[in-house]
Amino acid sequence: MPFSLVLGPFGLLFGVIATEAGLDLAQVMGFSVLVIAGAAQITAISLMNEHAPVLVVLATSLAVNLRMGIYSAALVPHFGGLPLWKRAVAAYWLFDQPFALTSVDVTKNPQRSRDERFGFYLGVGVPLSILWYIVTYLGATLGDLIPGDIGIDFAIPATFLALIAPLLRSLPHLAAALTSVVGTLAFSSLPFNSGLLVAAFLALFVGAELEKRLPKKSPQAAKDV
Amino acid sequence: MFESAYVWSIILLLGLGTWLVRFSFLGLIGDRELPSYVKRMLNYTAVAVLPGISAPMVINSGSGSVEPLRLIAAAAILIIGVWTQSMMKSIGAGLLIYFGINAFI
Repeated sequence: MPFSLVLGPFGLLFGVIATEAGLDLAQVMGFSVLVIAGAAQITAISLMNEHAPVLVVLATSLAVNLRMGIYSAALVPHFGGLPLWKRAVAAYWLFDQPFALTSVDVTKNPQRSRDERFGFYLGVGVPLSILWYIVTYLGATLGDLIPGDIGIDFAIPATFLALIAPLLRSLPHLAAALTSVVGTLAFSSLPFNSGLLVAAFLALFVGAELEKRLPKKSPQAAKDV
Repeated sequence: MFESAYVWSIILLLGLGTWLVRFSFLGLIGDRELPSYVKRMLNYTAVAVLPGISAPMVINSGSGSVEPLRLIAAAAILIIGVWTQSMMKSIGAGLLIYFGINAFI
């Protein structure tokens, strides 16, 4: 499962980045245990580095996580009939890998019962979340050893660019990414670091509009990060 | 260093908000379909937010000055990522270029 292995270095990087930003171990672990969404966690740290207000940090980081709303909708046919508390528990592990692997399993093993499928989902999600905590912890420990003056903050854009680069073969994704960059730079004087949020919403529209207008082709679009 | 209340309010609220996004359809909205336009927009959340966060950090290196090595490493990440479709290869190359060359300057 090479796809799941991405989680290792990503969690390590989060631990390093958060520690270098000045968070203590409990705070770093608090992020990985309670939020359990790497891109949003790193987004939060990068905005905290700029002393953005709590509301702006929340709105921007949650925008990164909105894709999980799609995952939630996509699992309704499989888990919708489970008791509420099981659905509430399932929601905690709804990050990229358990969702993707469960979706693949649905096509591979369509005969599974609802409870078996729930078991499969947790069987993927729980070990991966434990791996996530462990690599975060290792990253935080590593972050203490790394000197503060080597420009470790570059790991943030490096991680994000690596996450989105594979999507840029699709024209709507490329256009949305460019809108995001140009917009953020153009609106950088807006108060409270809100320029990024404005640019992001513009980019969402550009992506969706282009996708609607272009002849259908990009299968890549479905496999977002 | 940050104020503890600032950090913990972000952690708790972001944790709760993220869980609510994940729980949304499974728990509360049930079987109702999302409008297709909204669905389409949600496919672009990553490319809409992450490049915007990255750009200022690539162009200014904290101190506000341009650091050419950041531009070169970022370009390498993008080119290798588009070309190989591999996150690991592109970030590996980018970090190696940036921190590798930085160590010698």
